[in-house]
Amino acid sequence: MGKVFAVALIIITLVSVYPIFAHTWWPPPTISTTGPGVDHQMDETLAGTGFLFISSQLILAGFVWAFSSGKGKIKTWPGGATPVVAFGIIIVGLEILSLTFVGSKVWASMYMVPANEHALHVDVQAEQFAFFFRYPGPDGVFGPIHAEKISDGTGNYFGLDPANDVSARDDVVVGSLTIPVNTPILLTLHSKDMIHNFYVPELRLQQDIVPGLDIPLHFTATKAGRYEIVCTQLCGLGHYSMRAFLDVMSQSDYDSWLKQQSGD
Amino acid sequence: MRTKYFLALTVAVLLGGGMLLFANPPAGSGSISGKITYTGTPPKMKPIDMSKEPSCAKQHTTPVLTQNVTTGPGNTLQWVVVYISAGEQEAAAPSQAVRYDQKGCEYIPHVLPMLAAQELQIYNDDQTSHNIHPLAKVNSEWNKSQPPGSPPIDTKWEKPEFIPVKCNIHPWMHGYFVVLKTSHYAVSGEDGSFEIKGLPAGKYTVTAWQEQYGSQNQDVVISGSENKTANFAFKVLPY
Repeated sequence: MGKVFAVALIIITLVSVYPIFAHTWWPPPTISTTGPGVDHQMDETLAGTGFLFISSQLILAGFVWAFSSGKGKIKTWPGGATPVVAFGIIIVGLEILSLTFVGSKVWASMYMVPANEHALHVDVQAEQFAFFFRYPGPDGVFGPIHAEKISDGTGNYFGLDPANDVSARDDVVVGSLTIPVNTPILLTLHSKDMIHNFYVPELRLQQDIVPGLDIPLHFTATKAGRYEIVCTQLCGLGHYSMRAFLDVMSQSDYDSWLKQQSGD
Repeated sequence: MRTKYFLALTVAVLLGGGMLLFANPPAGSGSISGKITYTGTPPKMKPIDMSKEPSCAKQHTTPVLTQNVTTGPGNTLQWVVVYISAGEQEAAAPSQAVRYDQKGCEYIPHVLPMLAAQELQIYNDDQTSHNIHPLAKVNSEWNKSQPPGSPPIDTKWEKPEFIPVKCNIHPWMHGYFVVLKTSHYAVSGEDGSFEIKGLPAGKYTVTAWQEQYGSQNQDVVISGSENKTANFAFKVLPY
């Protein structure tokens, strides 16, 4: 019976690591300048944890196999249990610490480095159950936000007051995020009602949007195309439908798109 | 003998007539018609991006616009509810239901007038779920989910009220239930015109209500089967 358990252990181990080696549920290719760093960190993490996982399972299976007959029995470990526990804590602790130190470099390159000073600024409003995006328009200035003016029915998702704020009159508010390729982008994330999340798998960015906070997020997309922005914080009944699109296009296409949006 | 017979007949006719007269509001043949116009520059209606809901987006060849100030040719305003607000007794709800549709992620019609206690049926004609949320203050507020293929929601409103309606899943969806106590109402069409029919002789207050610019009143006297004109002009602002 013990040998059957040992074989089962090996089968379970091999089956569970197969999808990782075969890249069965692998993320889509990254389109962000910081994406390769994240992918590299992911590879290192999977290699380190994978090595420990596989070796510990195989050692376990080996011991089960060797001592399944019930003849040989380990009564004591040399030096008692203390050195074993200490050894385990040190090995696992070293692994977690090294991952943290190496990983924080990648994280810092995305969050601790300020956005490029010429970054294109887009304002993001998340609400149950949609994203809206605001561009400052020809004057380059965002109109101030007045939360009490927010009205979905009239399309005033950001709470603008164009009657009194001249800078709000040319603001462009749309339901998709359109950006030029190879240009630094700076988003400011707001939530109207509750916690949401801005997640674009191809950008390797996943950022919570917390009501009451203006959360900056910057990136540079390197490949034109249409990508999905999804909410990954369960935010209510329609959470499954909370998404928008990220359209990355050439600078000239972007310019004509923006002109068309603010033209009328 | 003959006198007695005539007297009984007269009493019967009077009683019968009286019962008919008081059982229902008298149906008249007068009418009030007119046009709703605006002065000033109206705000531009904004295009709605439905790309997150492809089943709705593909139903529209041109982008759907917000409808809070819907203008027509000749500076006219659509979706203005015109109704008798004073000068008649309250009407009982008719037996036929009013219908409200969710189609292409829009509310159709944008503004739906009805009588208090009249049956209201809400249909989901889309291939996606909706969650209809009437923001009632006088009546009790509720919201109900309606997956595609669900039977219509059967409901009614007990008290007169202007109720904004929103969808909890598609934030751009917006409309109004206008619950009235009169059966004499009309909604201005694409050319801003309206007609209220079936009015008996009397002195009435006619009210025109627009969702963004509020209400206006006019007094109209109807004598017999005549048509009176009542035009309303709303002052609009670009922002």
